[in-house]
Amino acid sequence: MLEIKNVHVYYDKNQSEVLREINLQIETGEIYAIIGPSGCGKSTLLKAISGLTPYSKGEILLNKKKLSAKHHTIGLIPQNYGLLPWKTVFDNILLPLNIKGRQIDKAFLNYIDEVMEKLEISTLKERFPNNLSGGQKQRVAIARSFVLQPDILLMDEPFSALDALTRENIQELFLKIWKEQNITTLLITHSVEEAIYLGTKIVIMSPLPGRIIRILDNPVQKVENKRTSVEHLQIATDIRNIMTKEWNK
Amino acid sequence: MKIIDKWKDFLFGFISIILLWYMVSLLINKPILPSPIRVLANVHSLATQEIYIHLGYSLIRIFAGIAISVFIGLLLGVLMGQSKRWNKILNPIIYFTYSIPKISLLPAVMLIFGLKESSKIIMIVLIIVFQIIIAVRDSVKDIPKETYYILRCLGANKWREFKEITLPAALSSILSSIRIALGTAISILFFTEIYGTEYGMGYYIMDAWMRINYLDMYSGIIVLSLLGFILFLLIDLIEMTFLRWRNMSS
Repeated sequence: MLEIKNVHVYYDKNQSEVLREINLQIETGEIYAIIGPSGCGKSTLLKAISGLTPYSKGEILLNKKKLSAKHHTIGLIPQNYGLLPWKTVFDNILLPLNIKGRQIDKAFLNYIDEVMEKLEISTLKERFPNNLSGGQKQRVAIARSFVLQPDILLMDEPFSALDALTRENIQELFLKIWKEQNITTLLITHSVEEAIYLGTKIVIMSPLPGRIIRILDNPVQKVENKRTSVEHLQIATDIRNIMTKEWNK
Repeated sequence: MKIIDKWKDFLFGFISIILLWYMVSLLINKPILPSPIRVLANVHSLATQEIYIHLGYSLIRIFAGIAISVFIGLLLGVLMGQSKRWNKILNPIIYFTYSIPKISLLPAVMLIFGLKESSKIIMIVLIIVFQIIIAVRDSVKDIPKETYYILRCLGANKWREFKEITLPAALSSILSSIRIALGTAISILFFTEIYGTEYGMGYYIMDAWMRINYLDMYSGIIVLSLLGFILFLLIDLIEMTFLRWRNMSS
């Protein structure tokens, strides 16, 4: 379980408050989709969890131990995917494993192949990122995170740069592979649809300074035909009501 | 396919120049412009003689100049690209010196560093190093922050960040700037080799000129051109092997 306890983040030497009193308990094997207006500190929250931004107060624990890059494996998929242009797709996927000092034996290579197969990028192994489409880059970034089998996966608007059709396609692929591994995931998005489609829980944040306004269970994850179900319409309406009420205060 | 096209272009250019030269030499019909066929034959016969020593000296000076420039350029470029404070301090200096025609510093450099090897190499460094500094700085600055995030999240240390991200980004820009500066560097080399040495292609050409041996003079010019051409090919080769990712962008 990932516990975010009373976390505050300030910028400019305590001048401006970005995040206020963030309390969040993330159950293992869930996807928390965080939705909030732009500039509300969503990305800052992700950076604080991953250790890229220091937080002023509070603590972040993973299974009762302070979350840190040294002791835990944190997977990150940034908005621009963060692939190294001078490494091939395959080397990009291997890099985090090398940094973590993982033994890569034959069985593990087979496993990597399997993940790439599922994400339909097996044929791209020797290609360079400059030579890939946005959707392909995204799938490489997903593969890179999943073969790492991280303790926690953080995603910063990972699908927002894709066109609608590609996005839905890759969201489906993501869920398929996620269901096999059940990696605890924190996902930031500005799209209500995306939050509902991917999140098992939906967290709504306020405008700056970012606070958590509401945490909703997402019933849509339990039904088929997610995108067209009655539940989808219901929760989308709920979220929109909360947003209009709280964001325009 | 691309390489074959390149060679076709090169061959066409070479033959055109030789043909033009041949026609002008027929027109002038004086020893000051011998026919290219005689000159090429002379180059061929020189290939077994002392010209190797001259070529060797020039090559060593160029390589030493490039190596020192790459070292300084990488150091200062990365420093300026990664630290706003250093960029603020060094940028005005670089900006100011960038516009100075470096060849005009030749007398000063020779006064301070003497007529021997060091002043020749320093001149080459002066030509190349600023281009490398600026190219490296810009390429390091242009690396998206997210690229570093990925590694930092995994607990990678600074050296790892440098090795996996900063260095490859810098190296690709170094090659481009060497390519741009190489032509000027060879011209400068020619100038510096007129003074204080008895070795080098510059000396060889000027010496032949003084001895009124026009055949040797033109042969020297051809060999010096060949040197430049081979260095360009070398850069192409390095680029094709190590920077495959850049050429494959669609």
